[in-house]
Amino acid sequence: MLKVIGGVKVFNKGTINEKVALRGVNLEMDKGEFITVIGSNGAGKSTLLNVIAGNLILDQGQVIVDDKDLTNKSDHQRANLISRVFQDPLQGTAASMTIAENLVLALKRGSRLGLGIGVKAARRKKFQEALSILNLGLEDRLDDKVGLLSGGQRQALTLIMATLQKPKVLLLDEHTAALDPKTAQNIIEITQKLVKRHELTTLMVTHDLDHAIELGTRTIMMNNGNIILDVKGEEREGMTIDDLLDKFTKVSGHRLTNDRILLAQ
Amino acid sequence: MNISVFLSSVEQGLVYAIMALGVYLTFRILDFPDLTVDGSFPLGAAVAAKLIYSGWNPVVAIILALLAGILAGTLTGILNTKLKITGLLSGILTMTALYSINLRIMGRANISLLGKNKIFNLLTSLGISEKASTFIFFFVVVLIVKLLIDWFLKTELGLALRATGDNKQMVRSLGVNTDLTVILGLGLSNGLVALAGALVAQHQGFTDVKMGIGMIIIGLASVIIGEAIVRNKTIKWATLGVVLGSVIYRLVITIALRMRLNPNDLKLITAILVIGALGAPAIKEQFSFKRLQGGAK
Ligand SMILES: Nc1ncnc2c1ncn2[C@@H]1O[C@H](COP(=O)(O)OP(=O)(O)O)[C@@H](O)[C@H]1O
Ligand SMILES: [Mg+2]
Repeated sequence: MLKVIGGVKVFNKGTINEKVALRGVNLEMDKGEFITVIGSNGAGKSTLLNVIAGNLILDQGQVIVDDKDLTNKSDHQRANLISRVFQDPLQGTAASMTIAENLVLALKRGSRLGLGIGVKAARRKKFQEALSILNLGLEDRLDDKVGLLSGGQRQALTLIMATLQKPKVLLLDEHTAALDPKTAQNIIEITQKLVKRHELTTLMVTHDLDHAIELGTRTIMMNNGNIILDVKGEEREGMTIDDLLDKFTKVSGHRLTNDRILLAQ
Repeated sequence: MNISVFLSSVEQGLVYAIMALGVYLTFRILDFPDLTVDGSFPLGAAVAAKLIYSGWNPVVAIILALLAGILAGTLTGILNTKLKITGLLSGILTMTALYSINLRIMGRANISLLGKNKIFNLLTSLGISEKASTFIFFFVVVLIVKLLIDWFLKTELGLALRATGDNKQMVRSLGVNTDLTVILGLGLSNGLVALAGALVAQHQGFTDVKMGIGMIIIGLASVIIGEAIVRNKTIKWATLGVVLGSVIYRLVITIALRMRLNPNDLKLITAILVIGALGAPAIKEQFSFKRLQGGAK
């Protein structure tokens, strides 16, 4: 399904600010897998998602989805295969446009746009149906500007937009980090619901270790541009946060301290 | 101000409204500060004037002027998206190049169209007076342009254009090539601006290569006046606001001139008007900040 082979990404190459963000990352993901990604700040998690989505192009290595080599395709050329939700709720939607108008663009993800009216009656129905699973009442607010919504509502809408046209891979980058705990929990539940309903292959970065082991089918940990831990199946079942941190210490040779992972516990 | 002076400035407002709608498309919808306008306006005028002067049908002349404007906007778009030149500079480059191109097209600095066939006299054959015919023509053309913009911005492509101006990264992640939407927006906008230039050339009966100077500021002033009087931000109201803004701008100018204002000061006054409108929020903020500080003492 998704393969990253020998992925290397270097920022500011050849300058004193040179920073190797990915050091030959290999990741193979099966259809239907739900991977949670953890790692301290600067580990390269967002960079990994960025090279998969095409916001960044790999310096070395390959990105392959369903046997299609996407390595050198730009973000908008991959949009028919990959959808994405960012940390910042403002990033995933257009504030000056209505909920329905945003959803039209999501519905047409990766396909040709025409000169037909965007918000058509049949589509409104489809949008209402899709929004109703949120239980936020957004289905009755199709013509409200998205700028009127709260951060949590916007993130929920972004999730619906990301899944309205079923993507091959769904990328979530700390998509609850900017929300208050209660809203974050709500968004996590919505995420679970959507992943299950559409049987989505999902890669979710999170700073919340509880979420990391409770959600999904597999967990990887990144450190300094490498994937240093990859657990699934039996090994993963019954795992506690302490087990995870112990494993991290063993593999990386140092304890996780003073970073968001610990703070988030 | 008597009724005929009033009507004639409303009429001028309508002609320039087409240009202002173009400016609205770039500045407000696409969030692109496009200075091509100062060059594409006289470009439209030059193309139309040259063709009409050479005996072409005015309708054909105007269509070709519109196409020339689309081309100019496309060039600015390509400079910005493909060559990665900033938006502001891309527009200035095209505008500068157009000055020479406009001179080339006209063959001299100005062309008089006195006595030539004009597009808005089409209705006179129906027995309508020339004055009425002109007014009706511009009213209908502006209405059509306004409705076309309203419609286009609701189509799928139009939505992508609006989203490009709002949140580029988001539309890209949804598969839209924003380079193309930016180029499209600039093309459409400058097509309208050139159309306005072509109509103004016929309306005033002559074309001058310098007639575009300060055009962008007049367009912006119209957009801003429109936003001040029509608070509703939905597209159809906003475009109506732009048209009204353009008409009000002309009325204000007419009144100012009647009060013996020196015409040479017009651009200065327009610039001050726009500075005032754009700067008002910042000035307000500073003012209330000072008051807060004063109150705390
Ligand atoms: N655009 C960029 N330019 C320069 N350095 C960057 C850029 N993006 C990320 N980095 C650096 O690459 C490393 C990995 O960053 P990132 O993938 O954002 O980490 P994470 O998401 O795991 O916190 C960090 O050291 C970061 O400073
Ligand atoms: Mg990150």
